[in-house]
Amino acid sequence: MLEQPPRQIIKERRLQDDAWKVVTPLAGQPAFDVCLPVGPLLVPLAVWKAKKACLIHREYEHGTPLGIWLAPEDDPTEIAGDVDDFTVIAVHFPKFTDGRGYSTARLLRERYGYDGELRAFGDIGRDQVFFLNRVGFDSFVIGEGRSAEDALAAFDDFPEVYQAGADLPIPLFRRRAA
Amino acid sequence: MYRYDDYDHTIVQARVAQFRGQTERYLAGKLSDDEFRPLRLQNGLYIQRHGPMLRLAVPYGLISAAQLRRFADIARRYDRGFGHFTTRHNLQLNWVKLPDVPQILADLAQDELHAIQTSGNCIRNVTTDHFAGVAADEIADPRPWAELLRQWSTFHPEFVYLPRKFKVAVSGSREDRAAIQVHDLGLQVVRNAAGEIGFTVYAGGGLGRTPLLGQLVREFLPWQHLLTYTEALVRVFNRHGRRDNAFKARIKILVKALGAEEFAQQVDAEWSQLKDGPSTLTTAEVDRVSAQFAAPNYETLAPDDLCHLAHLREDKAFSRWVERNVQSHKVPGYAAVTLSLKKPGTAPGDATSEQMDAAADLAERYSFGELRVSHEQNLILADVPQRELYTVWHRAKAAGLASTTAGLIQDLIACPGGDFCGLANARSLPVAAAIQERFEDLDYQHDIGELELNISGCMNSCGHHHLGAIGILGVDKTGEEWYQITLGGRQGNDARIGEVIGRSFAAAEVPDLVERLIAVYLAARHADERFIDTVDRLGLEPFRAAAYPNPHQSRRIANA
Repeated sequence: MLEQPPRQIIKERRLQDDAWKVVTPLAGQPAFDVCLPVGPLLVPLAVWKAKKACLIHREYEHGTPLGIWLAPEDDPTEIAGDVDDFTVIAVHFPKFTDGRGYSTARLLRERYGYDGELRAFGDIGRDQVFFLNRVGFDSFVIGEGRSAEDALAAFDDFPEVYQAGADLPIPLFRRRAA
Repeated sequence: MYRYDDYDHTIVQARVAQFRGQTERYLAGKLSDDEFRPLRLQNGLYIQRHGPMLRLAVPYGLISAAQLRRFADIARRYDRGFGHFTTRHNLQLNWVKLPDVPQILADLAQDELHAIQTSGNCIRNVTTDHFAGVAADEIADPRPWAELLRQWSTFHPEFVYLPRKFKVAVSGSREDRAAIQVHDLGLQVVRNAAGEIGFTVYAGGGLGRTPLLGQLVREFLPWQHLLTYTEALVRVFNRHGRRDNAFKARIKILVKALGAEEFAQQVDAEWSQLKDGPSTLTTAEVDRVSAQFAAPNYETLAPDDLCHLAHLREDKAFSRWVERNVQSHKVPGYAAVTLSLKKPGTAPGDATSEQMDAAADLAERYSFGELRVSHEQNLILADVPQRELYTVWHRAKAAGLASTTAGLIQDLIACPGGDFCGLANARSLPVAAAIQERFEDLDYQHDIGELELNISGCMNSCGHHHLGAIGILGVDKTGEEWYQITLGGRQGNDARIGEVIGRSFAAAEVPDLVERLIAVYLAARHADERFIDTVDRLGLEPFRAAAYPNPHQSRRIANA
């Protein structure tokens, strides 16, 4: 595999270099046969399930942090017991109009208590960042051809919101009353 | 009515700024059509036949005189001086220019108006009964709950990209006038044995290509849990609704596939995790919102105003208008008035800026400064003293708002259809106009009596044709406009989907056909029987026979 230059992602509301690689199995490839290149990896759910022992061993042996990525249809319940193992959980948005990942994020944060880095990647841009941030994402790989610089401005799109979210557990009506 | 505080203003103004930025980026070529489409749709902006169509929200159909004047002003300055009221309380403008839209939204925001989530795959404008707060059969005012849902659903971060649109309706009365059973989520306000407020919950209703009535998913949901339960339900839809086929993406398909029981169980499982959490409603918040829908300062009046009774006796045209367009009120001496937006030559639901101004004036002088937009595409003055009805009638007549036809065939519902809408298969308006013309004679209309005739220009069913006693659906057959007829549909507690009677008709055949159907009714009806009752009693066969008098020839004639 060729060495790629570090790319920049949005994390903690600023641009940062990032070294995580997304592992994508080839079509028809059994999850167990997927090879694991050196360095921090985001593996698909199927690979995590098939090679859990091997991935954990890798972490102990080489100090490589663990990461996973979930597809829109993946049920976060499947990793509910493992969330503390991961340094990064990423959720893929193949199309920005597929909103399943928003529910995935809230479940990971609010139900399964995940407090590590939660990353959105795929077809996302400035106009999604505000809402993604509200459901619990704190890092963003802005889609190809879109400006990550621009997207930084989106965190402040709405200075006030009505509902509770992963970012704010108390809805406006309880704050209004206070 | 609900008035914004600083929080509400801040949120709506932030939306204006956000959309201004998005529009600028689109016009500068920094956002593609595909990227911009969902963003503009969630601000009610479609690209239509004549350019953009902008759909402005009238949350749960309640609008102040000042707000209606704002609509009139916007229609005048940015459009061609008229707008179209829809079956879901909204106002559509058909000729706006895209670069003007951010400024239109900014103007609207000054009067606590917006176009938020009037389209797109998100939670849409919540609708309710246009007689909310004044109906004699009301269990509890649905509007505070609709407002609480409005706030909860506005920019709900988890539900910005649902599989498909999601429409909510709330009814607070015994007779359902909000068509809750044809909504994705229908809420009926009820009281339990202890007198506590709650909701009977229906899910998965809808019209469109697969018309289905909502299924009961919860008999009694205590009011405290309205938001957590709704959140659980929409989450199940967001996660499991189909996304592979836009025609199968509504929640009704999910409810049907799982079965109502299994769907309800999945919602309950989700809800058990959210129940009693921070989004559980508080008495303080419900009281704060409810206080804003408190009854106006009604005078103490006699149940019957003597002058009014005299006018009724002496003026036949007035009494006819009262019979059709004036509804009883729970407060003695008051009445609710329907200002008709239906007359031949004008698209159903269309109002000019002058008419909007006139209606606003009437509201200000005679009805505590508020109006309602009805599901039947009319405007309602909900709180008019009986003694003013005669004056209101004269003024409404002068403004062209007093067609004496509420509930009659001329009060038909129609979507804008192929003349305006990019989705339509066929035009609705010429068919509506031809029917209105055919039945223009008032005596004839009154003789026929109550008849709901609904026209949609395509399967999206914006004209609710499935719910019409006579439903007319525009279909496209190899580039020609055809119209399919359904019979027996109705809204209300006993909501039913109409049944297709047979092959489609050409536009020119439709008025004759409708007249033949009505002739069957006129010949067979019992005393006090409405069209729909006769259809129920006789079944479709006699109507079919009249619709297709010569079954072997019909195809040839239709194609001629």
